Amino acid sequence: MTNMEKYIEAFTTSLEIDASQLEGLEYQGVTQWDSVGHMSLIAALEEAFDIMIDVDDILDLSSFEKGKEVLSKYGVELS
Amino acid sequence: MDYNDILKNSPYSLAAPEKNTLLTERLVELTKHHYERCTPYRGMMDAYGWDPDAINNYYDIPFLPVSLFKQMDLCSVSKEAIIKTMMSSGTSGQAVSKIYCDRATANNQQKTLAKIVTDFTGASRMPMLVIDTPSVIKNRNMFSARGAGILGFSIFGSDKTYVLDDNMELNVELLESFLIKHQGQKIFLFGFTFMVWQHFYRELMRLAGEGRHFDLSGGVLIHGGGWKKLISEAVSPAEFKQRLEEVCGLHDIHDYYGMVEQTGCIYMECECGHLHTSIYSDVITRRPQDFSVCNMGEPGIIQVVSMIPESYPGHSLLTEDEGVILGEDDCPCGRKGKYFKVNGRLKNAEIRGCSDTYAVRF
Repeated sequence: MTNMEKYIEAFTTSLEIDASQLEGLEYQGVTQWDSVGHMSLIAALEEAFDIMIDVDDILDLSSFEKGKEVLSKYGVELS
Repeated sequence: MDYNDILKNSPYSLAAPEKNTLLTERLVELTKHHYERCTPYRGMMDAYGWDPDAINNYYDIPFLPVSLFKQMDLCSVSKEAIIKTMMSSGTSGQAVSKIYCDRATANNQQKTLAKIVTDFTGASRMPMLVIDTPSVIKNRNMFSARGAGILGFSIFGSDKTYVLDDNMELNVELLESFLIKHQGQKIFLFGFTFMVWQHFYRELMRLAGEGRHFDLSGGVLIHGGGWKKLISEAVSPAEFKQRLEEVCGLHDIHDYYGMVEQTGCIYMECECGHLHTSIYSDVITRRPQDFSVCNMGEPGIIQVVSMIPESYPGHSLLTEDEGVILGEDDCPCGRKGKYFKVNGRLKNAEIRGCSDTYAVRF
């Protein structure tokens, strides 16, 4: 699986949404991406890439696009 | 004034004059904001004869009693903008407050909490033990104050594990395996004061009697929600700490004071045992006779102000707690801002607080 595929899968499984909804998706943009869903998403991303995301970056990860930027800080290249 | 700019300042960085200027500017702005958007709030301000242009210090901003959020639906945004409703703790039969949060207010609550708590714990996350049952978070859109507290603090943890089961009994096997898995790491424990005492400390004591010991000397515990029940059992904050250290080595322990009506702005207890105001909020003590401002060292009713609330008019509230300001900008821990202690609930006030309302059953 490529990193991008893993990234998408973390979103779709933790938030229980379809990959087609991800483009342009923002925090609180769907009901599942609430504060509970957010922590599930963080856990899924951490497991997929074997990283530990800092508190500030959890707060920064406010959209599907922004998440790519955040992960690059942890050496995860998605392009 | 954009709250995100305020958040760029670190939480204990401003001395009294700068903090006063910042608080006054933001809180006057919030008062006008709610006056324009919340009809019942406007009615109260009008009745009070409030003149926005006459205020040049946040001490002069009117305060609402916290209990008002039980009697009235107070909201400054359209119902469609509300993403989360939080409810105060209450014993059965008591009315509960409803606090309406839109996206901006909810985000600012979480960001503020993060700024305050990481000043004590550091930015790295730690394996987290929640001293509560997972069933407190049943409804994702309607949080009890207890659930909101746990969720808010979850951001500081990883591998979040609830160590109490649905019957509030300690799952000893789970605790054991968690500690083995994270051996050598700093563990973050979070819970409400009475639950920590009743269901964690007491159980560890019982297990110690059977020769089973747990080492939490590398952990940090943050707890809050009220002391009422423990005070009635004659357990002082000092004894609470001492006994926990004796049973499991846990010595990095911080109480906090806060309420669901001003979520995000909590008051953390420092290494010197003082509750601290951050730059995002403040505490004023007032005399019960005429609500004039108490002197330092003089006990009074606690008023809390917070720069966060935009979606409901809860930026200036009179609590039902009695407290005393101990000092300002000169705590030996080095943090600026006022530091204080809470003496307890005012006489005849109803019971509230995540820990206290639960403890009524015991």
